[in-house]
Amino acid sequence: MNERFGNEFARVIKNMFSLTYSLNQKAGKVGLTGEVKLMSEKRQLKKIEQRKVLRSTDMDLRFKYKISETPGAEKIMLCFQCGTCTADCPIARFSESYRPRKLMRMTQLGLKERVLSSDVIWLCAACFTCVDRCPQDVGISSVLRALRNLAVKEGYMPRVYRDLAANILKTGYAYRISELRLKKRKEQELPALPKANLASIGKLSKITGFSKLVETEGEKSARS
Amino acid sequence: MPEVRYLLFLGCVIPYRIASYEISARKVLAKLGVELVEMPEFNCCGLPLDPVEHDMMLVLAARNLAVAEQQNLPIMALCPGCAGTLRKVNMILQKDKKLKEKVNGYLKETGLEFKGTTKVKHIMQVLAEDVGFEKIKETVQNPLNQLGVTEHAGCHVLRPAKYIGFDDPENPTILKNLIELTGAKSLDYMDATECCGAPIIGVNDMIPLQLTREKLDHMREVGAQAVITVCPFCHMMFDINQPRIERVFNETFEIPVLHYTQLLGLAMGFSPDELALSQLRVDTSEILKLL
Ligand code: SF4
Ligand code: SF4
Repeated sequence: MNERFGNEFARVIKNMFSLTYSLNQKAGKVGLTGEVKLMSEKRQLKKIEQRKVLRSTDMDLRFKYKISETPGAEKIMLCFQCGTCTADCPIARFSESYRPRKLMRMTQLGLKERVLSSDVIWLCAACFTCVDRCPQDVGISSVLRALRNLAVKEGYMPRVYRDLAANILKTGYAYRISELRLKKRKEQELPALPKANLASIGKLSKITGFSKLVETEGEKSARS
Repeated sequence: MPEVRYLLFLGCVIPYRIASYEISARKVLAKLGVELVEMPEFNCCGLPLDPVEHDMMLVLAARNLAVAEQQNLPIMALCPGCAGTLRKVNMILQKDKKLKEKVNGYLKETGLEFKGTTKVKHIMQVLAEDVGFEKIKETVQNPLNQLGVTEHAGCHVLRPAKYIGFDDPENPTILKNLIELTGAKSLDYMDATECCGAPIIGVNDMIPLQLTREKLDHMREVGAQAVITVCPFCHMMFDINQPRIERVFNETFEIPVLHYTQLLGLAMGFSPDELALSQLRVDTSEILKLL
C-alpha cells in the first residue's frame, strides 16, 4: 500500500516538475520580450525566476516520510491541495506569505531547507479551523508543529520560544510572575500559587533532549 | 446534586496578568457549590513548548495529569489552552499504548506514572455539564436585562472537535446560553468563531492586532456593550491590547471586555469590586450604570 502510494507520488512530483518548468518558460518569455530592463531589475527578475524553479537537488525525498512519522502528522501525504486550509485560515487573510496549503505541498515535495529556514512556519496560531475542515483530515497544525520541531533541531527558533522555555525550566511557569504579583495575591485573599517541582522538570528536560535544544548558543535566526 | 469537586488548574497567563479571571471564577464557583482544591504542585501545561519539542510538551502535560491522578480528582482549567492540551494528551495517551509507554518511561525517572484515570474540563464545560443551566439560573438575583453583549469563546474551547467535542465548533451555542442565563442579550455577529490571533503575538504582532480589530469592528456594528471571553489569552487581546488597536488603526471602540465569570458574578449580585472589575483595562463604568 505504501509502495503503491510512493509510486503514484513520484508521478505527481514529475508532473509538478514539468508544470513548473513550463510556467517558468512562460514567465521567462514575458520577461525577455519586454522593453530593455535596467540591470538591477533584470537581476531581480532572474532571482524571482530562480525561486520558481524546483531543482531535484533542492528536494529531499525522504523528508515527507520523516514528517509522516511524527505523531499527528501521519497524513501529510493525503493532502490533495484543495486549498480549504488557506481559504479558511485567519492568519493567511492578513499575511502575504503564510499559506498552509503551500506549506503542505512544499513538505510533500521535500523542500526541506526552504521550509525549515522560513519564518513563515511560525505563523500558525493553532486555531484548528483548518484541522476541523480539511476534507483529508491532514492535521495541518500538527504538520506545522512537526516542521517547527525539526527547524529547532536545525537551529531555527524565534526568540520568544527560547524565553518561554527558559522561564519554564527556571520556575515551572511560562511567564516570570513578579514578587509584586505574588504579594498582591495575598492582599486579594487568593491562595499561594502552587510550586513547581523544578528538580523533576529539569530531569525530564534532560532525558527528553529538550534542554540541549534550548541551551545551544549561536542559533541561526529564521529568515523571511 | 452530587458533589462537584475539582483540582483548579490555573495555568501561567492568569497568575501572570489576569488575576481578575481567577478572582471572579472563585467567587461564582463557590456560590454554585463547586469545590476547588489547589494543585499540590504545578507546571506549565506544555502547550507553549509544543512548537519546540513535542515530547517535552507531552511529559509536561502528563506530569500534571499524573499529579491529579494521585489526588484522585478531575482537573478544571480556566484557560482553554491548558484545558485543551491536558485533555488532548490525556486522550492520546489513553489510546496509544506505545506512546504511553514512552512517556511513562520518562516519568518513571521522576517517580511518577500516567495511568489515564483522571478527567479534564474547561470551566465552561463544568458550568454546562456538572452544574447545569437550571442551577445557574437559580443563583441569578440581579438579571442584566439592559445589557447586549457579544461572545468570543476562543478557539481551544471549540476546536479541534476530535478532542474537545463539547460544543458545535461551526455553530456554538453553549457560551450564548450561559450568557443569556444572566439576563443579558447575546448578540450574533459575523465571525464569532474566528481566532483572535493571540498565540502568535510573540512572533508577529500586526496580524493578531488586525484580527482582533476586525472582530471588534463587527461587534461594534451589532451594538455590543461588552465582549465576553472565557480565555485569558483572548482577554489580553481584546482588553489589554484594545487601546493599542485604537492607536494603531486610529479607531475608537471603548468596548469593555469581561470574563464570563464576571458577567455571571454581577448577575449573582456580587459587587464590581468583589469581581475585580477595576483591574480591567477598558473602562466598565458605562455598563455598570445600566445595572
Ligand atoms: S485542506 Fe487539507 S487537503 Fe486541502 S489543501 Fe489543506 S491540507 Fe491539503
Ligand atoms: S490552525 Fe494554523 S494553518 Fe490552520 S487555520 Fe489556524 S492558523 Fe491557519
